Amino acid sequence: MTIMVNKLEYLKETASQTAGPYVHIGLAPKQAGFDIFENNFGNVLAGPKTKGERIRVEGRVIDGSGTPLRDVLIEIWQANAAGKYNHPADRQKKPIDKRFRGWGRGCSDFTTGIWAFDTIKPGAVMGRNDRPMAPHINFWIVARGINVGLSTRMYFSDEQAANARDPVLNLIEWEVRRKTLIATREERKGHVVYRFDINIQGPDETVFFDI
Amino acid sequence: MKLPSEQYGEFYQRDRTIHPPAHAPTYKTSVLRSPQKTLISLQNSLSEITGPVFGADELGPLDNDLIMNYAKTGLPVGERIVVYGYVLDENGRPVRNALVEVWQANAGGRYRHRNDTYIAPIDPNFGGCGRTLTDANGRYFYRTIKPGPYPWRNNVNDWRPAHIHYSISGSGWAQRLITQMYFEGDPLIASCPILRTIPSEAAVRQLIAPLDRNAGIQLDSLAYRFDIVLRGSRATWFENAVQPDDPMQGE
Ligand SMILES: [Fe+2]
Repeated sequence: MTIMVNKLEYLKETASQTAGPYVHIGLAPKQAGFDIFENNFGNVLAGPKTKGERIRVEGRVIDGSGTPLRDVLIEIWQANAAGKYNHPADRQKKPIDKRFRGWGRGCSDFTTGIWAFDTIKPGAVMGRNDRPMAPHINFWIVARGINVGLSTRMYFSDEQAANARDPVLNLIEWEVRRKTLIATREERKGHVVYRFDINIQGPDETVFFDI
Repeated sequence: MKLPSEQYGEFYQRDRTIHPPAHAPTYKTSVLRSPQKTLISLQNSLSEITGPVFGADELGPLDNDLIMNYAKTGLPVGERIVVYGYVLDENGRPVRNALVEVWQANAGGRYRHRNDTYIAPIDPNFGGCGRTLTDANGRYFYRTIKPGPYPWRNNVNDWRPAHIHYSISGSGWAQRLITQMYFEGDPLIASCPILRTIPSEAAVRQLIAPLDRNAGIQLDSLAYRFDIVLRGSRATWFENAVQPDDPMQGE
């Protein structure tokens, strides 16, 4: 006789579906053109008392024809200036900044396709096996035509030494592709801006991760 | 003592066979919006295990009531429904304090969005969005108007079945999910190009909410149940040095 083994009882993750063209209604109603919630989630992460260097991160998400997506929605997640995530699973011996959640949500402009976040530059977070990660911001990108949200990371052009040792950047076998994750630092009228264009396809396709 | 779901281990590898591929030509917009190179697989670090935490004080009292949260001169037109369900992880454990955000068309299939030009009228009393947090059992609910189907430009005669868009934030960044809920019995489900991007029939079935006659409000609203499964995480039997362990914190 054949003896069957008991089945392992895992549930299956719910399948992803595109955010569609009207994602703004649910996640950024003001952008859709109306006012409904008293408290709106937005693209300003740093308040006046948040510790750290004020930065703006801005860019576009560009499709395979070279056209910027004008209906994209992006969320970012980052550590505070000390390199600590505001979450109970982060047990590094570093201070939480009560004035900084580290999360923001932004949309591209319907005309130009430019999105932006006002935040602070994160500190370095310890990675796996006690190898520090270079400062970085985690990105999640959804839009019409994107079936599963795209995950990537943004690193900083002025952190060359830390970037060269970063365990995640070093995991990317093709050195030429690592630069797709590095935002360029600029100064505009005394404000620090990091420019980060994300290419979904093409010769300069941004590295996306299966996290 | 911590419950297993609060141990914050690495998330299980995502089973990509149940998700739509990035490049799905029957859904035409995906063609130029899909990466062509392979995704680089990352073992979870703190960046993926942690994620934003939301508080009940950030939401308003009507945020989960789409019938009332934009009512200006009267009630919105359409079938009154309650939608409820549980947010669980792959281990079957409740995901508490998950942020569930929903948006949808009105009863005529029209969205309150500056880019929607469908001929069906805007309902002056319907906004079409809501949000809520799951409770200690992972349960959520909201009430709304059943959305109508609508045509869209893909092939010239494609229609979306009635659906509600969902965005779910669990405890970890790697659990972030966006999806759509459909309604039992909708004849447009079988031919929907967006649903058909999903390669697994079981995964499609999981997106269809059954009518739950017991959960409805008598003489008022029908109810649909939609359970959501987010990625589960590994129990930490043996530390794999995801991070240096600090026994003084994190209790
Ligand atoms: Fe839709």
